Amino acid sequence: MQTMSFETRQKLIISLRYALLILISAIFIFPIVFMVMSSLKPDLQLLRDSGSLRAFLPVGDISLDNYADAFERVPMLQFAFNSVFTTVVAVGASLLLNSMAAFSFAFLKWRGKAILLSLIIATFIVPFEVIAIPLLLVVNNLPWIGGGGIEIGWLNSYHVQIVPFIADSLGIFLFYQYFRDLPDELVEAARIDGASVWQIYARIIMPIAGPILATVAILKFLGMWNAYLWPLMTIRSEELRPIMVGLQYFFQLNTAWGEIMAYLSIVTIPVLIFYLALQRAFIESIATSGIKG
Amino acid sequence: MITTAAEARKNAPFWVRWLLPADAPLYQRGDAIAGWLMALPALLILTIFLIIPFLMAFVISFTNQRLISPNPAEWVGLRNFERLLTIRSFTLEPERDENGALVYDDDGGIAYPRLRAFTRDNPDYPELDGLREFTSWQAGENRAVILAGDVVFLRALINTFIFAAVIAPLQGGCALLLALLLNQALPYINVFRSIYFAPVVVSMVVVSLLWRFIYDGNNGLLNTILDMLTFGNFQPVDWLGNPYTAMPAMIAMSAWQAVGFHMVIWLAGLQTIPASLYEAAGLDGAGAWQKFRYVTWPGLRNTAVLVLIVITIQAMGLFVQVDVMTRGGPLDATQSVVYQAVQRGYDKQDIAEGSAISVVLFIIVFVIAMVQRYLTRERR
Repeated sequence: MQTMSFETRQKLIISLRYALLILISAIFIFPIVFMVMSSLKPDLQLLRDSGSLRAFLPVGDISLDNYADAFERVPMLQFAFNSVFTTVVAVGASLLLNSMAAFSFAFLKWRGKAILLSLIIATFIVPFEVIAIPLLLVVNNLPWIGGGGIEIGWLNSYHVQIVPFIADSLGIFLFYQYFRDLPDELVEAARIDGASVWQIYARIIMPIAGPILATVAILKFLGMWNAYLWPLMTIRSEELRPIMVGLQYFFQLNTAWGEIMAYLSIVTIPVLIFYLALQRAFIESIATSGIKG
Repeated sequence: MITTAAEARKNAPFWVRWLLPADAPLYQRGDAIAGWLMALPALLILTIFLIIPFLMAFVISFTNQRLISPNPAEWVGLRNFERLLTIRSFTLEPERDENGALVYDDDGGIAYPRLRAFTRDNPDYPELDGLREFTSWQAGENRAVILAGDVVFLRALINTFIFAAVIAPLQGGCALLLALLLNQALPYINVFRSIYFAPVVVSMVVVSLLWRFIYDGNNGLLNTILDMLTFGNFQPVDWLGNPYTAMPAMIAMSAWQAVGFHMVIWLAGLQTIPASLYEAAGLDGAGAWQKFRYVTWPGLRNTAVLVLIVITIQAMGLFVQVDVMTRGGPLDATQSVVYQAVQRGYDKQDIAEGSAISVVLFIIVFVIAMVQRYLTRERR
């Protein structure tokens, strides 16, 4: 028998590699496909189909009934609004606050910044889980100026979901790293032209900070949209509950699987679309957060 | 009149002297105020919502603070930590009759005095007061008993360590294999990278609920797939309802969700290894395994430490999976440290005990982070 030529062997190895890659893809895709397909099926068919490959196919009695039922069971639109609102406000505010602080750390001269910066970096190793319980006590005793004058206690509000997260040390650090690598001449030239530091921040630095703005925005978006522990502890009334905590309604329902799958799809599909549209930015952002360790 | 910089500085207003560093030229004095103003909002938020709660965790853990209480909190010293962390071993000697012979119970087993006789107000055993049995086993005629001040917390602590110890090599290893598979310039390779990474952006709440269906004992997808693969010879398992399979099931699911994250970190590490090293190794006749062993792996050393530490620290925060899938059950088989902190601090409103658990968690995370510093320190 003739031995394979180098090219044939190379082609074979590459085909095998692709086959393996595709096989592994199935492991990551199938649960998500299963979720979306099941959301379209009535409960009985859903259970029957999970015994065969039909579980992954849109076959049989396909409809959006589960979605309608899920909307009926819980105030879905309210939940969705709450999540979008808290996420958008927190992302916007965190871009402003973190970038301003980082700009100050990177370009301005003031006493005390070196020690503050190292303090900020030191807080990286404090996981949110460590401060969650005492934070509960803190927000329970903070004042807020609301419709009825000054009230004590932030529990059960929009601001308790937003304000604690509009500045974060990783965000500041990521902006700082980006700014530090920009040429100093940018700022010095503007200073000589008589620009104030606020003008330099708004007109010169922020317009070229696109990539890092995207990174910080994506990280904050995922953190806020997927938030669970904190709203679980601080929000009691339905009108303020975000969409992830709204899922709790379905925890004890072991029968209405179609509805659960519909709800899961509603929560997940926007994020997946976002992800597919901005894959590279998403992956790079999340990878940079890995340095936090 | 010409003044020196030092003189000008001396004559400047007090705020300039305070806020402007000595090496900064006086014409940049605007920086001192603007710098503070720009950093202040973020610093305030971080102080109120991160640094104060962090310091408070330590303070509160020495009190009996509750979330809402008519009475002011009192100092209790180390009591919270003592209860959480007390572990004692104890040997139960069998009951004997007047002649010193063993007494047997109705089932033919050796009869022992009740443990309670020692752990409830027994003046001869003050160190055992209030403890409960964590586990016990037969040791000759005697019964060896491990007693704990807080049996559920001890179980949670052990579970969390097991979770971390298994998932770190499992997830890190799988992530490395995926990264090696993807680390080649082939057409469409980025499509696969995006697919493997996709679960990372999906919320853990969603993933946990979805996998509850996959793990279901009756109609679960996993059981039917295993049934098909074994041609009907597989006995269905209630994966999350069985104390022996619940934790492994949770580990597998968690690894599935996050493996893409660490794959990307490995890929970044792989790309820092210069191609010339592989070419040189190839010229020396190295095979694929030898290239991995002597070129790739040494080049990935710091990445490996980073990946393992990041997974371990994330694993110590295990909470969502437990809350959504098992609520700590069955038989406390999936209790976790953070789940216990939330149960006590939030559900029972016992902020002090929740904080004490948080402090224990922080100390563990801190030690892990220091180990990383040590392992990746610059060699001189």
